[in-house]
Amino acid sequence: MTKWYRENAPISAENLTDEWMRLKRGSVTRRHFLGVTGLGLAAAVLARQPGLFNSTAYAEDLGTTMSLATWPNYHDPASFEAFTAATGVAVEVNVFGSNEEMLAKLQAGGTGWDLFVPTNYTISTYVKLGLIDPLDMSKLPAFSQATESARFTSEGAIDGTTYALPKNWGTTGMAVNTSKIKTKIASWKDFFEVAMTEADGRAMVHDYQLTTIGSALVSLGYSFNSVKPEELAKAEELLIKVKPHLYGINSDYQPGMRATDAWMTMCWTNDGAQLNRDMPEIAYILGTDGGEIWTDFYAIPKSAANKPAGYALLDYLMTPANAVKEHIANGAPTTDSRVLALLPADVTANKIVYPDEASLTKLEFGAAVTLTDPARAELMARFKSA
Amino acid sequence: MRPDRKRQLITAALVAPAGLWLFVFLVLPFMAMVVFSFGERAPEGGYQAAFTFAQFANLPSRAAAFWNTLMIAPVGAFLCLIVAYPVAYYLAIKSNPKYRLVLVSLVVVPFWTSLLVRTYAWMYILGSRGIPNLLGMIGIEDVRLLNTPGAVLLGIVYGYLPLMIMPIYVSLEKLDRRLLEASADLGAKPVSTFFGITLPLSLPGVMTGVALVTILLLGEYLIPQLLGGGKVFFIGNALVDLFLQSRNWPFGSAIAVTLVVVVVIVLSVAMRIAWKVSGSRQVDLV
Repeated sequence: MTKWYRENAPISAENLTDEWMRLKRGSVTRRHFLGVTGLGLAAAVLARQPGLFNSTAYAEDLGTTMSLATWPNYHDPASFEAFTAATGVAVEVNVFGSNEEMLAKLQAGGTGWDLFVPTNYTISTYVKLGLIDPLDMSKLPAFSQATESARFTSEGAIDGTTYALPKNWGTTGMAVNTSKIKTKIASWKDFFEVAMTEADGRAMVHDYQLTTIGSALVSLGYSFNSVKPEELAKAEELLIKVKPHLYGINSDYQPGMRATDAWMTMCWTNDGAQLNRDMPEIAYILGTDGGEIWTDFYAIPKSAANKPAGYALLDYLMTPANAVKEHIANGAPTTDSRVLALLPADVTANKIVYPDEASLTKLEFGAAVTLTDPARAELMARFKSA
Repeated sequence: MRPDRKRQLITAALVAPAGLWLFVFLVLPFMAMVVFSFGERAPEGGYQAAFTFAQFANLPSRAAAFWNTLMIAPVGAFLCLIVAYPVAYYLAIKSNPKYRLVLVSLVVVPFWTSLLVRTYAWMYILGSRGIPNLLGMIGIEDVRLLNTPGAVLLGIVYGYLPLMIMPIYVSLEKLDRRLLEASADLGAKPVSTFFGITLPLSLPGVMTGVALVTILLLGEYLIPQLLGGGKVFFIGNALVDLFLQSRNWPFGSAIAVTLVVVVVIVLSVAMRIAWKVSGSRQVDLV
């Protein structure tokens, strides 16, 4: 019996696509993907070819591995594959559900992260605690301050020193499965009411004090960032009343929403865009009564073990051609007009990702005080243990 | 060197590595925790030296978590026991000795997969696309199983079952079959033979299993997190939150110290009762 000529090839085009989709869904590990497709070996061989991929920007020894701490569903896995192919550095990805958790890990020490993704309101605290380094801008030639939108990027610099570069901005709204929930939801007030009625047992809130307490405060007509004891007490009362009706308290809500175990959740822009792309019946709604607007940044911990690789990946991700792919995959809006110009029209026309200015006016950026306020931390703990 | 002196030295040399290990990784950290528990939370989180009882005074704020844990741990262990005993009995007494090794292996094999992975599997079985989907096909719509206390209990029984089966199996296997024959010869019905002979003689295994499962359940955090959706809150979850979210190390330490004290009290009382029940015979803890 003769063999079809392709049977000797490492992998067929169909299999490659299948494996690729499995990797993207998270069904298999990157190691499995690289193994079965032979890409790992190919990348390793090619990486050894001098002058093929390594440009002068990576003149330093980058080592072979680095570690990134980030948020769920927040990157295009292909970005890291391409980075590994170009530099020989494999990227280990750690996923977190709150800024508090990232801060706790860095405070305890020994994280091994070379790059991480803090949100705007936390950067001043990281600087105050001496947990992050000022960035050496000479190692980040791909970044362009001139094309960044100051509205979203100002908190990356403190007293003129740049500590963090913007990844993307976004909003915290509500994702609602409209085939399950018929009530029209327009505000956080509606969200908490429906969570106790039509969506009883089907609504999710984040395992994250900023957004869960903040959104409860907004629904009561207070500021998202309030630390006033009497306002927090009202928010606690509401959250504890809602708790028995909730489906879950979890910042990784995509699995629940996709399986339709959950019908409604607090949701970040990028998750809203991903959910809506795959399940059009899931709508993403910004509260008419307010909510959060945010920017996530990249920063390098002082304790990083492999800073050269941290800089290399950061510069790679700041390169517009690479950033475009990230934005198309994760669905978060860019802060960089160079990237905006490269994005396809269907992305920039998506009202989930780039909402009208009018819908943003009531939204607030998180305030630094909420990160370290013990009253908010204890409120969240009492809510969860109630 | 005198022979007994030599024997002592050999014993000391053999015990030293484990002793050192326990001292460095158990006693020292525990002492650090005790010190931390009298301190204060630093303004940005973490620990700040102080001497205060404020952390212990704040313990009632986690009463619900303590209560959940102290309720679910014994209930979970009891359910495990109910399910495990017949299995262990079958394995040790009824099964064909030829296949016994294979059957015992089948109990142990799932342990080779991480509990995390097995618990994730339950998330899919209990989630909308699993059992509720099948129920939907026969007309029972919108059943929710995941993120309920029942799901947590199911996960606990599933996850800890082998830990209960093995000690009971071992104690039943050692059982002298001639006692059972004698009992039958003397006219006892199977039920009275079971309660008069089999069960009392397997009590050490039962007690070991219950103690093992209860102790591990008191520190359980993963299963309530994954199958309870963050709503079913154990003391383990309270600890994770205090160290990883609110960064209140002193309060977290106070809770951890309290948990250890509670475990020691609960266990010594339970062992004392078990010791009495099993008729002043010595009961091995583990």
